[in-house]
Amino acid sequence: MANTVDLVWLVVALPLAGFLANGWISFFRPQAKRAVSVIGVGVLVLAFVVAVAVVRAAAGVEPAWFFVVKLWTWMPAGNLVIDVAAQVDRLSSVMLLVVTGVGMLIHVFSVGYMREDPGYARYFAYLNLFVFFMLVLVVGASFPVMFVGWEGVGLCSYLLIGFWFTEKANADAGKKAFIMNRIGDFGFLVAMFMIFDATGSLSFREVFESAPVHFAVGGTTITLITLALFLGCAGKSAQIPLYTWLPDAMAGPTPVSALIHAATMVTAGVYLVARSNILFAMAPLSSAVVAGVGALTALFAATIALKQWDIKKVLAYSTVSQLGYMFLGVGVGAYTSGLFHVVTHAFFKALLFLGSGSVIYALHHAYHHTHAHEDAQDMRNMGGLAKYMPWTAGLMWVATLAIAGVPGFSGFFSKDEILARTFARGAEAPYFYVLWGMGVVAALLTAFYMTRLMLYTFHGPNRTGERERAHLHEAPWVMTGPLVVLGAGSLFAGVLNLPEVLPFSGRLEHWLEPVTEAGAVYLPEAHLAHGTEWALLGLATLIAAAGMAGAWRILKPGSLVPARVAPAEAGWRLLLSRKYYVDEIYGALIVRPLVWVSDRVLWKVVDALVIDGAAVNGSARTTQLVGWIGSRLQTGRVGAYVLLFVVGVLWLLRAVAGQGS
Amino acid sequence: MLLQPALVVSAVLFALGVAGVLLRRNAIVIFMCVELMLNAVNLTFVALAQQLGPEGQVVVFFVMAVAAAEAAVGLAIVIGIYRHDQTLDLGNINLLSG
Amino acid sequence: MSAFLQAIGYPAWALHTLILLPVVGALVLMVQPVERHVKWTALGFALAELIVSLGLWYGFELGTASMQFEASHEWMHQWGVTYHVGVDGISLMMVLLTTFTMPLAVLGSFSYIKKKERGFYSLLLVLTSGMLGVFIALDLFVFYVFWEIMLIPMYFIIGIWGGERRLYAAIKFFIFTFVGSLLMLVAILTVYAVVGTGTGTYSFDYRHLVTNAWMVSRWGPWLFAAFFLAFAIKVPMFPFHTWLPDAHVEAPTAGSVILAGILLKMGTYGFLRFALPLFPAVAMSPVVSTVVVTLSVIGIVYGALVAMVQPDFKKLIAYSSVSHLGFVMLGIWALSLQSIEGAVLMMINHGISTGALFFLAGMLYERRHTREIAEFGGIARVVPGLAAVLTVVSLSSIGLPGTNGFVGEFLVLVGSFGTQPVATVIATTGVIFAAAYMLWAIQRILFGKLDNPANEKLPDLSLRELVVLAPLLAGIIWIGVYPGPILRRVEPAAAALVDLVRRPAQPQLLPLTPQPRVNE
Repeated sequence: MANTVDLVWLVVALPLAGFLANGWISFFRPQAKRAVSVIGVGVLVLAFVVAVAVVRAAAGVEPAWFFVVKLWTWMPAGNLVIDVAAQVDRLSSVMLLVVTGVGMLIHVFSVGYMREDPGYARYFAYLNLFVFFMLVLVVGASFPVMFVGWEGVGLCSYLLIGFWFTEKANADAGKKAFIMNRIGDFGFLVAMFMIFDATGSLSFREVFESAPVHFAVGGTTITLITLALFLGCAGKSAQIPLYTWLPDAMAGPTPVSALIHAATMVTAGVYLVARSNILFAMAPLSSAVVAGVGALTALFAATIALKQWDIKKVLAYSTVSQLGYMFLGVGVGAYTSGLFHVVTHAFFKALLFLGSGSVIYALHHAYHHTHAHEDAQDMRNMGGLAKYMPWTAGLMWVATLAIAGVPGFSGFFSKDEILARTFARGAEAPYFYVLWGMGVVAALLTAFYMTRLMLYTFHGPNRTGERERAHLHEAPWVMTGPLVVLGAGSLFAGVLNLPEVLPFSGRLEHWLEPVTEAGAVYLPEAHLAHGTEWALLGLATLIAAAGMAGAWRILKPGSLVPARVAPAEAGWRLLLSRKYYVDEIYGALIVRPLVWVSDRVLWKVVDALVIDGAAVNGSARTTQLVGWIGSRLQTGRVGAYVLLFVVGVLWLLRAVAGQGS
Repeated sequence: MLLQPALVVSAVLFALGVAGVLLRRNAIVIFMCVELMLNAVNLTFVALAQQLGPEGQVVVFFVMAVAAAEAAVGLAIVIGIYRHDQTLDLGNINLLSG
Repeated sequence: MSAFLQAIGYPAWALHTLILLPVVGALVLMVQPVERHVKWTALGFALAELIVSLGLWYGFELGTASMQFEASHEWMHQWGVTYHVGVDGISLMMVLLTTFTMPLAVLGSFSYIKKKERGFYSLLLVLTSGMLGVFIALDLFVFYVFWEIMLIPMYFIIGIWGGERRLYAAIKFFIFTFVGSLLMLVAILTVYAVVGTGTGTYSFDYRHLVTNAWMVSRWGPWLFAAFFLAFAIKVPMFPFHTWLPDAHVEAPTAGSVILAGILLKMGTYGFLRFALPLFPAVAMSPVVSTVVVTLSVIGIVYGALVAMVQPDFKKLIAYSSVSHLGFVMLGIWALSLQSIEGAVLMMINHGISTGALFFLAGMLYERRHTREIAEFGGIARVVPGLAAVLTVVSLSSIGLPGTNGFVGEFLVLVGSFGTQPVATVIATTGVIFAAAYMLWAIQRILFGKLDNPANEKLPDLSLRELVVLAPLLAGIIWIGVYPGPILRRVEPAAAALVDLVRRPAQPQLLPLTPQPRVNE
């Protein structure tokens, strides 16, 4: 069996091969789109198949299977030996399947979505490269190898956000994403240094196994390490205060938003916390911080999502908010629940993004036909689309019900579980009740803004325009096909981990137990009485219903007008639609002062004036001055020279005569 | 013997030479004053050679040879300066002024 | 391979050949009848040099810190000067970096250098000899001679073939370096005299001096300061760095490449080879250590911040060098096995990545005759090949994992954290600023709208340019993915260095009377 598991390298290598092939094509045969599609999608399908085989083979080995497949030694330096090795265990296998599976669907969708783009080959090359790095991140058996994937996905995100690089805004968004991520990576790096300093190793297995020896529970070292790690997570997974790049990242093609900025990359932070669960469990303070930041982000982003008009921006803030839930989960020690939400979210959010991609595609084509220059992403230009694109509308409703937490749908179970676990921790400290309350409010808002999105997009009168309406139609099958699969996932993924009060409960929980039990020693999962659990389930249902019904009652899609004639916002609506001006605040407080200081102080004053001017050229001028003073003796008159000469000789004679006597 | 008067004469000659070099500004005169100093030294050598052996007289020949060479080069320079500046007043020639 | 090398007697003549071959090449260029062919001959010699040096890589014996391929020749016996050369893991890498860079520098100059080709290529070859000599010298006198030799060709390369302010830059470069190196000469002579008096053996031999340098005792700080100044200027460390932007900007492409790729490494190499082993106690004393580490960290952050606001692409790269070399210095002074290995690796990486950046800057300059970043914009569409290469190289420069930059930076930082935690954390912020300045720069050059009509017809990379860049790209990926072979060669030397500096075995007292021969 182990031989099949060894094939995990193939899962990772296939997308890389796809990247190389498509990269080559993009330079030399950019028009060979058929070959690009076959290679780009083919490697993903193969990777998915191999991944399934690997996981199946590994799962046959009981109990608590755990494989490390070493490929070669990467950095041998004294007692630091870092291998390029893949770790296949229960945690990475879940992610392996999600990444290759969802990735495959999104690749298929892209074939339709990007069909007419001149950069088709380049797009697939980047996308393959992204999957490669994401897989490295997932299966890496040590912190540095994971970091390769960690930064690599950031790079691909950068490249894909700025895919249409001729627009300055897109390139800017890519850069912003990369730099924000780098701030997080700074934390990740520092955490690695501290871990190596403390444990003498960086491989997951050694660090986690020896953690109880090296760290004291709640000690300063472990707290600092986990906080630094969490900074990395906040950057990658768009948490406060580093979340602002994610909404901007919507500048990239929509399938990219689905794959990178919803389903996979942004969940890497959650994955990292779950992976390092023992470290976080040993640092209660850090865990509390993780949970707090998660809850705060969930609520904060949900409020912003209420007033966005760009359909993708709504989804982006929704993603930030859902990521907050995941961190709330892993922060309260419910690692399985956090990861469960990663999985269900991958389905329904990918579906939402791809669905919105379908809508944008339709609007874009309609406007293209009539040569209108309208915003194809603004919901004020949509409305009533259910009539034209029934499949998309239906499937997006499935996803909406899932994310809103309607019972039976996947999101209901995962979100409820996180909230339930948080509530259960409330018995320890009231702090967790506060977090739970924030989570509940955020859930209400989620139901509200998602219903708003659906309402404005698919229902009510159509606002696209008279002439354009004739060109609105459903996307081709290559695009709706993946939606159907994701829809099924959104519906049924809940059964992976049903609550304890239901039959067949906790499958994922048992599956992940070998990984999470290390942390559970220090941070045991709190359990609730069945009565309380039923009550919470009921409350969750009520919240979802209230949010959706509220939106349905309050919002009047009929009163909307197209974006170009829409009135300006004011008051709190303006504050929300401008995202609390956080970008502006960052710009004014950090970015501009930094550039100003670098330019006006460091360069033009310190470098040019002080060092080069005063010290360097100053010393040169001093030398010149001394020389000039010396040169004053040089009158050029022979007489003066002779006079000096004679005086000198007389003085010498006197000295000699004085010595003689 | 005549040592004392000879040394006195050479000292006077030398002082005259030095004064000439210091005070006069004409290149030729200065040049001649330099010769005067050289010959004053020669006189000293010759005078002392009577007491100290013949090396002093040998040195005199050296000095004469050097003086001759100096005269050749020096006069050439003086002529060069005159051709260039139409003057031999050293007060006007201060190209080496710093 | 090693048997073959033995059979041809390689170890005996390898280093002599490496030094002499370029000199012979320079002479050949001088007498070559057709000036058009000069560059090809130069390329031939540079390649021959590379091939000869490859033997060092294959014949190098792993697992030992002792000098290999040693060769010596009597020079000035009465003063104890011997032409003594040899390589260990650290100098091996520097030699290979030099011989690897030189053919590229020659090939990269083919279209850039249009006047006095004969002189230019001869100087490049002489420069090669000088640089190699610095890296392999095992006699302080020989080291000093080579140190000065390489200064002169560089001065002319900047001063004759440089940009508009070339004279200012060349003189600045020369005087900066010279001030440092003269003080170093004084220090070398002092050590020589003191050790000679102490042991009775007057010799400039490296080992002899290192073994007995403790005798300088209270002179130590002053002598160290002299060495420090010479090397710190060369590195260049903040605040001795201001010659670098000028020299880089004005130098022709090959000059910038060599300057960044190799010359700067002489400073850090000097620290590793001479300053630390000669004066371990001074170098590691709390005051010196604090000062150096602080300056390194300032250099990292300061270089990055100033790089961020440069309007001139070459200047930006120059300031980024200040930042990168700060990491190297931090690694050296942190003095752990990982940090030293990382520092050496980073020296190589910086040579490759920054060399490649300067090549690219030169290629842009040849196309547009400007280095202003603002003059470009959106050219990724017209020159996709150049854009792709520039992107990869920039990523390597900012230390993206999977490229060479990461391995070096990571090792330096992970190794430094143990001894210098605070400095390491501050230094790590450098990775953020690096991303900021580099991405901002390539974005302003490559992306956005193509709004300057002058850029519309730019030609993409030519075959020759590809040939120049390909080896650098290969190096970037290779070292990023599989640095093992390099690290294994460097490790013993690094370990020996750490060992030597960590515990200076000798007593710190000056003996009052001259002692009988101790060794040598």
